[in-house]
Amino acid sequence: MFDAAFTRRLFLQRGCALASMAATVPCFIERSALGILGDPLLSSQPGVPDERILVIIQLGGGNDGLNTVIPFGDDEYYRARPQIGVRAPGAAALNSQPAALTLDANRGIGLHPNLEGLKTLYDEGVVSIVQGVGYPNPNRSHFTSMDIWQTGRLDAKGSGWIGRYFDNNCNGTPTPEAAIAIGRNAPLALEGDIQKAIAFENASLFRWNGQDLHPSLKEPYDRLNRAGAGAAPAHNEPETQKSFLLRTALDAQVSSDRIRSAVAKEPLVAYPGHGLAQQLKIIGAMIRDGMPTRVYYASMGGFDTHGGQVGTHGNLMRQFGDSILAFQRDLKQQHNDARVTTMVFSEFGRRVKQNASGGTDHGTAAPMFLVGPAVKPGVFANHPSLIDLDQGDLKYAIDFRSVYASVLEDWLKAPSEKILRGKFANPRLFSLKS
Amino acid sequence: MGNPFQPLSKKDFDYGAAQHLLNRAGFGGTPAQVRALVELGLDGGVDYLVDFQGQRVADEGIDFKSDILRAQTPEEQEALRRARIEKDSETIARLERERQQRQTEDRAQIAAMKRWWLARMIESGRPLQEKLTLFWHGHFATGYRTIENSWHMLMQNGMLRSRCAGSFADLARGIVSDPAMLKYLDNDENRKVSPNENLARELLELFMLGEGNGYTERDIKEGARALTGRTFKGNEYFFDKAQHDGGGKQIMHRSGNFNGDELVSILLEQPACSRFIAFKLYRFFVNDAPGLTRDGAETIERMAKALRDGRYELRPALRALFRSQHFYALENRLAIVKSPSQLMVQTVRSLGTPVRSVDRLVEAGDLMGQELFQPPSVKGWPGGRSWINTATMFTRQNTAVYLVSGRTTRGPATGAPEPFDAMHLVEHLRTTTGTLDPGECVRSLASFALGGDPGHERITELEDYLGSIGATINNERVQALLCLISAMPEYQLC
Repeated sequence: MFDAAFTRRLFLQRGCALASMAATVPCFIERSALGILGDPLLSSQPGVPDERILVIIQLGGGNDGLNTVIPFGDDEYYRARPQIGVRAPGAAALNSQPAALTLDANRGIGLHPNLEGLKTLYDEGVVSIVQGVGYPNPNRSHFTSMDIWQTGRLDAKGSGWIGRYFDNNCNGTPTPEAAIAIGRNAPLALEGDIQKAIAFENASLFRWNGQDLHPSLKEPYDRLNRAGAGAAPAHNEPETQKSFLLRTALDAQVSSDRIRSAVAKEPLVAYPGHGLAQQLKIIGAMIRDGMPTRVYYASMGGFDTHGGQVGTHGNLMRQFGDSILAFQRDLKQQHNDARVTTMVFSEFGRRVKQNASGGTDHGTAAPMFLVGPAVKPGVFANHPSLIDLDQGDLKYAIDFRSVYASVLEDWLKAPSEKILRGKFANPRLFSLKS
Repeated sequence: MGNPFQPLSKKDFDYGAAQHLLNRAGFGGTPAQVRALVELGLDGGVDYLVDFQGQRVADEGIDFKSDILRAQTPEEQEALRRARIEKDSETIARLERERQQRQTEDRAQIAAMKRWWLARMIESGRPLQEKLTLFWHGHFATGYRTIENSWHMLMQNGMLRSRCAGSFADLARGIVSDPAMLKYLDNDENRKVSPNENLARELLELFMLGEGNGYTERDIKEGARALTGRTFKGNEYFFDKAQHDGGGKQIMHRSGNFNGDELVSILLEQPACSRFIAFKLYRFFVNDAPGLTRDGAETIERMAKALRDGRYELRPALRALFRSQHFYALENRLAIVKSPSQLMVQTVRSLGTPVRSVDRLVEAGDLMGQELFQPPSVKGWPGGRSWINTATMFTRQNTAVYLVSGRTTRGPATGAPEPFDAMHLVEHLRTTTGTLDPGECVRSLASFALGGDPGHERITELEDYLGSIGATINNERVQALLCLISAMPEYQLC
């Protein structure tokens, strides 16, 4: 009995030691050790890793940008959306939809009334809103447009843009745990040619199921999977298939232990019970645990509001705003907020004119959000014209790849041109001294 | 040094060799099937797999629709044109809705096609045919999401299957007349006045010569001109003469008014072509670990020659490969990382587990990184170690648990899972008195399921486990052992 316990502990220790072998050390840790990421805003917390983290939130289905950031100063908005338009701040509720929250009274720009959480953060100066984000010759298929956003390429082909960021960083060796998506499968954005993302809906599923069949299976399973690669291959010998698999199996066990123990801790703040908030809670727990992950990905769906959208979209807005507020509060409590920037996008916005069913059809440009103390707060770019349209749709003001360029260059300190395979004007959305 | 491409000595075609052949040239088989293959001997066994025309084919009784995404009729086009002029937003919206409905229906059909193909891999009496079709699908990679036409994907799949073991020349000619590929690589927009180089580039770089193998940018440009006008109408290949550039071209040091077929012929004449195809076949069938041994390089060279000398006929080259000493050499045993399809299909075909739900298996394949009809890019699946990371490792282990026990990630299945009689895996070990030796069963199960002896330490671990749950062998215990064995990192190799 004691022998077994001792052996198990030994396995765990060996596991950690092996997992930190040079071959599996994430390259960005080496980079930060060289001081490339030295930043006065960061590295103030002893014991807290300095690496910057990007959290991406995907709003799937095509979020109605015009009912998210409200151009209440433009009469055309109410002409195009007589039933579903959100009233100007101070106006009486219409169709049980309260009036907009003011962002910028002079420009006539507001937020959906249910985005109180986001508004709170905006007032604290940690939200950047980029208006009219899109791309040329917009594609109105959910499928294709989402792939365009995820690959960062107009032909929607090839690897994901974040995947290429990692590929570009790590010389041929994928980094375990570098990118984690909460969901059934990893989004294309995180898939590189070399780098592959981890995805799980729920940390308790990031493990072997066989142990649920019978408790006796757990220990032999552990021993069979934690044996490690054995003796390291001689210097010029390539690693064998078997030793590669044994090493990866051990990495998987160590990741699983770490993620599940991180997520098991109670968070420092209360999160709402719905989907996005629960995903962000898991991400908050992993950040708090000091995991080496650089990019996290969360998503919420249901934005394809073709009919009777006021109630549905209102609920989605509340969930989104409340989730992001809880997440930001959690990060602040952890003293990790300065390390994290959250980027929010959707595959497209919606048609300017409401349709006959009290909803909106697939459109084009829409706002993006960046949240975190490092962002340059405010509302960027002018709201796209509601009159000068392209087949009833907004003309984009900023290419989404320019937003990516700013995130890559200013936040992740990576060469955007190489990763995005093209030069995109950097709108400078961060207020970091670098 | 001997010639590694020489046939294996007949007496060396033992149980392990036969199982190796069945795993690589197919998706594995039960102990009884392996024994039957040993009985056929090396030549008979290889012929059985390679000359698969006589074997039972999986049920063709499929009923897919060819016209979900048919082009608009002239009436519909006219209605749309009029609606646009009259700004009749209701009609425009209706037509748009109908188009979206057709797309939704088409996506449901490609999902059904994925299930159909995976089931076919599991059931077919011609495993090499399905394996080669999968190989060519990865080689001539085309993705549904880009072309959004399930029938075109199925037509391509049928073309690849019917030519999979024939001549590579026919495959190459087929692919430059294939609507799915022509769309995927934009050749429908490759016109005399504005050539599109996409197909020409990949034809040289990925399909026929291999990246950097003796061609120049100019060859690509001139090759693109040769391919102009190759497009499709509805579901058929169509040569649009008006868009074809019939002018003089210089390709691979040859000049002439080449067209697409002649471009393919010129590329087939390049020695680089036979080497590249031999190399890709080698990686798929023999060894996908980084690096190449001297015998490996020699084998590829000899296969390439066999292809060149035999007008690119694949059957003779594959037959020679599957009979060669090198194919059975120790360095090539358990040297391939199972693709997700291989992992699932081999688990069912060799352990004899129930299929349970093809729908779930398709989903598992997607999660493990092999979505059928959707390779990640025109380069296909990189394969080998790229299949494996910390996340896919759990998905792989859990998929095996699902097949063996019916247990899903979301908890126990509703209702009793379909029973799995695993005793057939050990039945041949019964002594004359009808007893089964537990130690022998463990060793036999492990080396059968893993395709080789995993070593003393690993066997001891499994024996200890069996000892801890009971001293005799029964179905439940064999299943428990299979759960453990399929969770061993070694199980990912074949």
